[in-house]
Amino acid sequence: MSKSKKTSVGRRKFLAGAAAGAAALVSKPQSGKAEETQDHEHGHQVIPSDLTLRVKAIESLLVEKGLVDPATLDALIDTYEHKIGPRNGARVVARAWVDRAYKRRLLADGNAAIRELGYGGAQGEHMVVVENGPKVHNLVVCTLCSCYPWPVLGLPPVWYKSAPYRSRAVIDPRGVLREFGLELPENVEIHVWDSTAEVRYLVLPERPAGTEKLNEEELAALVTRDAMVGVAKVTMPQAGGKA
Amino acid sequence: MNGVHDMGGMHGMGPIVYEKDEPVFHAPWEARAYALNRAMGAWGKWNIDASRHQIELIPPAEYLRMSYYEKWMTRLAELMVKHGLVTRAELESGKPAPGSSKATPPLTAEMVGQTLGRGVPTGRDVPAAPRFKPGQRVRARNIHPAGHTRLPRYARGKLGTVARDHGVFVFPDTNAHFLGEKPQHVYSVRFAALELWGEKAGRRDAVYVDLWDDHLEPA
Repeated sequence: MSKSKKTSVGRRKFLAGAAAGAAALVSKPQSGKAEETQDHEHGHQVIPSDLTLRVKAIESLLVEKGLVDPATLDALIDTYEHKIGPRNGARVVARAWVDRAYKRRLLADGNAAIRELGYGGAQGEHMVVVENGPKVHNLVVCTLCSCYPWPVLGLPPVWYKSAPYRSRAVIDPRGVLREFGLELPENVEIHVWDSTAEVRYLVLPERPAGTEKLNEEELAALVTRDAMVGVAKVTMPQAGGKA
Repeated sequence: MNGVHDMGGMHGMGPIVYEKDEPVFHAPWEARAYALNRAMGAWGKWNIDASRHQIELIPPAEYLRMSYYEKWMTRLAELMVKHGLVTRAELESGKPAPGSSKATPPLTAEMVGQTLGRGVPTGRDVPAAPRFKPGQRVRARNIHPAGHTRLPRYARGKLGTVARDHGVFVFPDTNAHFLGEKPQHVYSVRFAALELWGEKAGRRDAVYVDLWDDHLEPA
């Protein structure tokens, strides 16, 4: 699996500056110029320069028409940048690891148990939690679009929404896992969950050995987004070490 | 529709590109594109299925070229025009049509937390008898509708077993075209990897697909 460079942005800067006149996005095939800006090597696009302008122009049109309020857009963005993300799911997993009764409720009725911790709603209205164990490994995908459990994992990463992952997770799950650095023995069953309905899946990973002394909060710090999608296991950083 | 979006099992898409410490949005325009889609959805002119279908209607070569949020903006522009929220001329000029009235946004910043917390459940509390039960052998129908469907190509005609009954949900295949919710049971259907992909597949592996009563027939 190849790695791409991190790009960071100053979102606030975006709001400064007036919207320039820009071509509509509607029914207009792109010129070859946009193709060149696509970074095939890394799979994620370098931002086509005019897309920034076009989105800005559409926002300013919609604000002028009274169809959206920019403060609402800020609140929506802030929610997924700062409030809802994989830390939520990690708390659910850690609770299940330390509290047997909670784990039973979580596997029997994901929605209700996740609500107990205060999470739920948009793109997680119908949650199902699937448990990994020594004999079964679960992997979540959405082959048709990008369905993902937002209330517990936030917005999906680019790789999850990408053609390579969506096409291969169902036909070659072992190959996909190998690319993520996870080699599973032949006798482990792989269950791939294709999110074709409004049901959203969360993987309950195995609690790693050597974590007996960690408390719930320390355990939650070990749980990664990737482990809750099923492309990784949860590991201890070092034997006897703290998270 | 047998579109390029229906990717399960395709070859040639390349390796998975993984970005360490990936930011939620890669550029400010992505964040605005995301939020504009959500905020405009609050007008209630379309539903999630129509919205997904609009992305499927992007021509295949464009679909594969576009980044995720570029698809979202294309979808939004088409939906807004189709449902009369803006005109093509307004999108092209970037200015409201002369003399057009000013609306009031339905979603305010104060409502965002509660609205997201509630979500838009598509489960329906209506009586609908399940056609199948857990443990039952079923076959996914061999259908090729030209419109929206949540039955992926790779499962069509294949034999599976109902693993669980999720309950009654809106049927996207009709809802996407505003032809009614047609609530019916959704099941997690287990397909052996051997059944889907042939003898080279993992002997114990399986793919679970969520399918509606109308996608299945007894086997």
